[in-house]
Amino acid sequence: MKIMSTIPAATLRAAAPRRSPRALLRAVADAAVSPLSLDDLLDHFHPLRGGTGVGRVRGRIVEVRPETADAATVVIQPGRDWAGHLPGQYVRVGIEVDGVRLWRCYSLTHGPRRDGRISITVKAIPGGVVSNHLVRRAAAGQMVHLAQPEGEFVLDPAHRKLLLITGGSGITPVIGMLRNLYSKAAPDDRYDVVLVHSALTHDDVIFGAELRAHAAAGRLRLVERHTDTDGLLTTADLEAAVPDLDERLAYACGPAGLLDTLEAFYADRRLDLFTERFRPALLDADAAGGTLTFERDGRQVEAAGSTPILDAAEEAGVLMPSGCRMGICMGCVLPMTKGTVRDLRTGELTVAVPGETDAGGVPIQTCVSAAAGPCHLDH
Amino acid sequence: MTTVTHKPTNPTAHLSEDDIAEIGRRLDEIRQEVVDDRGESDAAYIRGMVDLQRKLELGSRAVLLFSALPPAWLVGTAGLTVAKILENMEIGHNVMHGQWDWMRDPKIHSTTWEWDNASTAAGWKHSHNEIHHTYTNIVGKDNDLGYGIMRVDEEQRWAPLYLAQPLWNLVNACFFEYGIAAYDLELGRNLALPEDKRPESFKKALRATLRKIRKQATKDYVVHPLLSLPTGSALPTLAANFTANLLRNLWSHSVIMCGHFPEGVETFERAAIPEKETRGEWYVRQMLGSANISGSRAMHVMTGNLSHQIEHHLFPDLPSNRYAEVAPKVKQVFDDYGLTYLSRPLPQQVASAWHKVIRLSLPNGWLATTDAKNLPSQLRLLYTLATADRKTRKVIALRLEERAGELAAA
Repeated sequence: MKIMSTIPAATLRAAAPRRSPRALLRAVADAAVSPLSLDDLLDHFHPLRGGTGVGRVRGRIVEVRPETADAATVVIQPGRDWAGHLPGQYVRVGIEVDGVRLWRCYSLTHGPRRDGRISITVKAIPGGVVSNHLVRRAAAGQMVHLAQPEGEFVLDPAHRKLLLITGGSGITPVIGMLRNLYSKAAPDDRYDVVLVHSALTHDDVIFGAELRAHAAAGRLRLVERHTDTDGLLTTADLEAAVPDLDERLAYACGPAGLLDTLEAFYADRRLDLFTERFRPALLDADAAGGTLTFERDGRQVEAAGSTPILDAAEEAGVLMPSGCRMGICMGCVLPMTKGTVRDLRTGELTVAVPGETDAGGVPIQTCVSAAAGPCHLDH
Repeated sequence: MTTVTHKPTNPTAHLSEDDIAEIGRRLDEIRQEVVDDRGESDAAYIRGMVDLQRKLELGSRAVLLFSALPPAWLVGTAGLTVAKILENMEIGHNVMHGQWDWMRDPKIHSTTWEWDNASTAAGWKHSHNEIHHTYTNIVGKDNDLGYGIMRVDEEQRWAPLYLAQPLWNLVNACFFEYGIAAYDLELGRNLALPEDKRPESFKKALRATLRKIRKQATKDYVVHPLLSLPTGSALPTLAANFTANLLRNLWSHSVIMCGHFPEGVETFERAAIPEKETRGEWYVRQMLGSANISGSRAMHVMTGNLSHQIEHHLFPDLPSNRYAEVAPKVKQVFDDYGLTYLSRPLPQQVASAWHKVIRLSLPNGWLATTDAKNLPSQLRLLYTLATADRKTRKVIALRLEERAGELAAA
């Protein structure tokens, strides 16, 4: 019978290439635990091992240290496949909250540490499911999932005269840079740093004591602004506080309003400014949504016109690729074969019409696109 | 059993359209309560179950490395049997239903899970989730009703071939996973087609299934026996793995028979299902088409909580650890609307299901009209029936049914 003959043929093909003893052992181990693989079991019993693959690194929380009344630093021991990061970069952290795995981006608040651990500092924002969980409920011993570090917000070693402008939790990538500069056995004293930091009050300054100690030791000039009493930082205030602003390479991180103001100001002066945004400015779209159809398994999900497709699909239990969740990394892109979506940052519509647009579908960023009518996704 | 529309008293006749809508609303409410409440402890439950299963399987297989020693064989085989049952039922079946998709864990998700079974996850999800759960107990539409090889309803015409049905059912029980794989593939129907007429999708699925069977058989019957070779335990290990698979098959077959087969479970006629079944109508069909097994917590876990078949059919995607808690609320709905909530201990349900297999292997009315005294004449009648031509058979069968009817009336 023809069917039966396929079995020995397949076996022969599989056995044909010569294998190293190690690969052979692995093949035997895989065969012994089918339909699982040896890796599945190793990941299960030893999650921090090397060999998980760079995309599936786990981490164990080793400490949660309060910084202010509503911010805490979470120190994590990453698995062996963590690739290492540059100060200023961020990491996507996946953590189970109420049994549901949620992913968020957090700046790494240490330069590379000798003990191999990494840390993030999280400010609990009102209604923030993950940030409140990390600040108030996370504890040593709990496991998290880590993506590899990302981000272009890193110091350019060619420039040593710096202006760092931060607001609120915008200090978090910058503290990583400062710690890296000042924690070394012989700190690099060629750096000339001015840090302008604005926070609600004196006590709301995350890492306040550490920053003030640096200032007191003459390692940087610290301009603290407490918006509760001083009002919001204006560009005029900035010019007054930093007379040599034009000579300094500027880095800014903080609320969208602050960054928008600074970007306009620096553009006017034709000066370079590096910014890091935590959340994209999304339109408050009041438009009607639509039904999402996932073509691979036919699953259908109702999505509101103001909710990113990524969030709506995840809410319904669909496994979605995801990345920065702010429209930057392209990790969430899926082909749309039919339908219309609205970009929640710009309001721009993207349309896929079978037979007219690309046969493979029009790629859309699900994290910043909302359904504007029924949409078919090749997923 | 006769499809509900052909019964003298239709068990749903007393329900108005509003009643059915209200049943739908109340069941939706019960479902939503669990959806709103599921969280950390549920996630801990399934993770704990996966962890337990993996440790139990690895531990049992380690013990079986020394299975030349009889106590080791017994302990290892028992442990492996339990591990295989948990893997297929409480974990595999339920994960592939999407009961844990809400956790957004790609390692415990209906789209990524593969199980230790002859049928592929993809093939099983189609035949089970899409066909069986949608068309539950509709004769001719739901292949789970007798898996297309048995007479499961009085309305199916009797033929002499069905006399072998109890034997056939036993064989199917022993090799249940292969039976399931065959029916996921609709093997009988497809093999009946000439080779060049078989659909490409079938050929692809067949290749995948054969690959899967080869992998699983290699594991149990080649790799592990070879690993046991140094202690002289190769053959005992092979026997242990075969026994564990056999027991798992017998167990899952029994549990699944109990779900839709015991006396009292209703079947439905294809033509009587409205084109657009309402949510309430669908719920009512699930309510009448399923039966529960009562018992201890351990028994529920070992059946993959399919002992709560009624709850499972109403809410196939709710986490299995929650069925026990919704069961009293569901039963209340049955009671409020005068519907029968079928629930009995395992031995009774298994016996009832087997009774039906045997009863339907015989012509309608034969078993009812037979007692110890008339057994010889009844056997002669059966022989005549089995060897008669179609027309004679029809006449005798009719007479038999009439007599059974008279007997029931008296």
